[in-house]
Amino acid sequence: MFTAPTELKSAYDVVIIGAGGHGLAAAYYLAREHGITNVAVLEKGYIGGGNTGRNTTIIRSNYLTPEGVKFYDASVHLWQDLSEDFDLNLFYSTRGHFTLAHTDSAVRTMRWRAEVNKHYGVESELVGPDFIKRSCPSIDISCNGHAPILGALYHAPGSIARHDAVAWGYGRGACQRGVEIHQQTAVTGIEVKGGKVVGVQTSRGHIATNKVLCAVAGSTPRLTDMVGIQTPIYIHPLQAMVSEPMKPWLDHIFVSGSLHIYISQSARGELVMGASLDPYELHSTRSTLDFTEGLSAHMLDMFPFLSNVKVNRQWGGMSDMTPDFAPIMGKTPVEGFYLDSGWGTWGFKATPVCGKTMAWTVANDSPHELITGFSLDRFRNYSLTGEKGAASVGH
Amino acid sequence: MKLLTCPVNGARPVSEFTYWGEIRPAPDANACTDHEWADYVFNRNGAPGVKREWWCHTPSNTWFIAERDTEKDRVMRTWLPGSEA
Ligand SMILES: Cc1cc2nc3c(=O)[nH]c(=O)nc-3n(C[C@H](O)[C@H](O)[C@H](O)COP(=O)(O)OP(=O)(O)OC[C@H]3O[C@@H](n4cnc5c(N)ncnc54)[C@H](O)[C@@H]3O)c2cc1C
Repeated sequence: MFTAPTELKSAYDVVIIGAGGHGLAAAYYLAREHGITNVAVLEKGYIGGGNTGRNTTIIRSNYLTPEGVKFYDASVHLWQDLSEDFDLNLFYSTRGHFTLAHTDSAVRTMRWRAEVNKHYGVESELVGPDFIKRSCPSIDISCNGHAPILGALYHAPGSIARHDAVAWGYGRGACQRGVEIHQQTAVTGIEVKGGKVVGVQTSRGHIATNKVLCAVAGSTPRLTDMVGIQTPIYIHPLQAMVSEPMKPWLDHIFVSGSLHIYISQSARGELVMGASLDPYELHSTRSTLDFTEGLSAHMLDMFPFLSNVKVNRQWGGMSDMTPDFAPIMGKTPVEGFYLDSGWGTWGFKATPVCGKTMAWTVANDSPHELITGFSLDRFRNYSLTGEKGAASVGH
Repeated sequence: MKLLTCPVNGARPVSEFTYWGEIRPAPDANACTDHEWADYVFNRNGAPGVKREWWCHTPSNTWFIAERDTEKDRVMRTWLPGSEA
């Protein structure tokens, strides 16, 4: 699928750190839309081995801020014909996405989100318990009496996709256009002279370059330390698990902020499930029994008939969190050092639009208009982009 | 189950504790610039390392300090503020 280059060249026009979906998408659009092909993507592990291959693949655009809604909506539109674009089946599957409300205040937030969404042309509406029950007859609407469901934000375009294939599709497309992807190549230092990037140090030698795009998710603080930039990013693990495969019974995606759970059924029949962020800082992809127990207990409140279903696998990823639950993208105080970061628990859905806007930003050395609300500067100027109301359960 | 040692209540399951982040000296709010204050409010040392952190044993509301390796999740020691430098 990929040609594996053996030697690193001594110089590239652009070096991209991280061969996750974001880094590979940026490489793809740099080559395809800007004709910049003297590009190396450096990956310390393997393609898609970071959060791209660990996420629960929920794609939606029903966010809360105008900046967020416009941005994620652009992404959903890109997703819809990506399989054709790549000539690779991404198993992109439109399911409909419910964010459940178990309290009056949650209903109020859902109504607010629905109005913001509709204003920007995103399909999104507040629905009642009857609609939910009709859509998914096996749900216990009372959640075992603990937390009765009062309504939901329903977002018809909500989708899932095969995450590995996204990385492969972008990677292959970039390779075909001349980009080099070097796996097993860790960036160990970034050289800055007079406030400008001049090169990167890797585990396989030195590279001269004036442009570095850093798309390393949970490793971002280690990389920003290399160039001496301060950011608000902090790392907590996010865990997920899948059940044994079952006959299809769950068409939709369900999310509950109160029960801290989300669930969908994959094309293979497995239930893909996640919960909230681990409660303290940790730079590790370990997983815990606490997580499986807590998530299963809440899952049974909603779907009691799952009590005999087995959990097949669990895992974790390192989430790069920000205080306002919006990403940090664009230029930085170091000339030639571009960040695509702060994607925390919600960045898979943004992969296409991040690639496109970051490629534009790197090519033009100026932030793309869709990402100006996400600049690192906002924390210097106290002008945050408050997305927590729509992003606080990880997905 | 992961255990954490509260200096008052001894070893307890980590689920009984709340994490409050790395200890960071606050600048003088009356003397510092807006940017220095923003740096204090928002920016964090997000890289892994051995850090001194605030933790609270929630049931007994005991606030204490833990020295912890945030890559290996190993707690070196815990103590009550003021009881040791
Ligand atoms: C359990 C879980 C569930 C999630 N669920 C969802 C969801 O449902 N929907 C959604 O939209 N988002 C979700 N997310 C978030 C999403 O996975 C991420 O935001 C997104 O995948 C980030 O992609 P990326 O390409 O930026 O990073 P990654 O895929 O993590 O890629 C970064 C790469 O950089 C490499 N790297 C790091 N340091 C170096 C170095 N020094 N040198 C070279 N390479 C380096 C890493 O090895 C890695 O491969 C979830 C995350 C997790 C952990």
